[in-house]
Amino acid sequence: MKTVLLVLFSTILVNNVVLSRFLGLCPFLGVSKQIKTAGGMGLAVIFVITVSSALSSAIYHLLLVPFDLTYLSTLVFILIIAALVQFIEIFLKKFSKGLYKALGVFLPLITTNCAVLGVALTNVQNGLNVWMSTLTGFGTALGFAFAIVIMASIRESLDLSKVPKAFRGMPITLLTAGLMAMAFFGFSGINIG
Amino acid sequence: MKTALERIYNGVIKENPTFVLLLGMCPTLAVTTSGINGLGMGLSSSVVLILSNLIISALRKIIPNGVRMPAYIVIVASLVTGLQLVMQAYVPSLYSALGIYIPLIVVNCIILGRAEAYAGKNKVVPSIFDGIGMGLGFTVALTLIGAIREVLGSGTFFGMEIVPEDYRISIFVLAPGAFFVLAMLVALRNKLMSPEKKKKAAETSCSMGCAGCSMCGESGCGTADDADKSGVSAYGAKEDKA
Repeated sequence: MKTVLLVLFSTILVNNVVLSRFLGLCPFLGVSKQIKTAGGMGLAVIFVITVSSALSSAIYHLLLVPFDLTYLSTLVFILIIAALVQFIEIFLKKFSKGLYKALGVFLPLITTNCAVLGVALTNVQNGLNVWMSTLTGFGTALGFAFAIVIMASIRESLDLSKVPKAFRGMPITLLTAGLMAMAFFGFSGINIG
Repeated sequence: MKTALERIYNGVIKENPTFVLLLGMCPTLAVTTSGINGLGMGLSSSVVLILSNLIISALRKIIPNGVRMPAYIVIVASLVTGLQLVMQAYVPSLYSALGIYIPLIVVNCIILGRAEAYAGKNKVVPSIFDGIGMGLGFTVALTLIGAIREVLGSGTFFGMEIVPEDYRISIFVLAPGAFFVLAMLVALRNKLMSPEKKKKAAETSCSMGCAGCSMCGESGCGTADDADKSGVSAYGAKEDKA
């Protein structure tokens, strides 16, 4: 239980995937205009990352390691992710209309979310087993959802404020992200064993 | 020759992937802690981009339209795996400095975006020059960001010490500094461009950026057309509101 909490705390706050490891910036900057869509994207990412880190870790340990093919992991993981996203989409369309409506739009955008591939690769590099990989994936995705929802709520209020012309749009968003990164940086002082 | 120069100008200035299209943000921000790292990342991505443009353009008549995205992904992933092995063997220090971001070149929007937008539709030679231009634009941008962060943060310029230790602002080599430097550079570009030009550029940057991403997103789902369309239109609608 203690490990579970520690892993979650470390992946959500201390090593936040977007703000300190720079993964998944494309959706973080692109889909963070409104809280509602940001939340949808966050949920879809939680879903996909958790499943894909479990699956890619399992395939790595069961197939790639025994046959000495670990150098193929990038190629294999991206195919797993692409196929998985496609599969989840078909599955949701068939069995859960409500969930499909909520997440469907975001699913195709997730294949190129580098957080998904990034988590799968770092898990393997750090030598985590399947269970720990799944947990790390889940925590990382929660961190992503957390950051994107905060970002969206800041941007919603930014819309109402006067921003200098040259800074409108992307520059002010990047500055906000920088300030958020500074805030999250405060957590890095916490040493987790 | 004219097309070659035009493609290179287009990649470096007119449609600079970093400052204008805002594609490939992850490596742009993550590895630019020093000029040399930015240069290394830019060059590695350029190599993959040029080769993938070459291969995809050469195979454009053979790859069936319905499965083109998965096909592109396999081509790019194979190239990246090759690059990874080459770098590990010949430049191990750069390889360990760039770390996880080398395999992540696979999901760099610039590469799949160019494959879809240019290489899949054009002849081999212009595609190669398109790759060179875009790669050069990306390299220039990354080196610039890296050099600025290195000077401000660690007081060195490509390893040469130029700022005394007491005047270094270490936050610029850390995560927040990356966001600040890029924000300032994009704002500067906005400022320098004339008003109507700026408006147009802002529009294209948004629609292109997102189109780039959603395009890559389609990769997993060559068949799920309706979802793609709704994904793209949802993106478009959101951008329009802004």
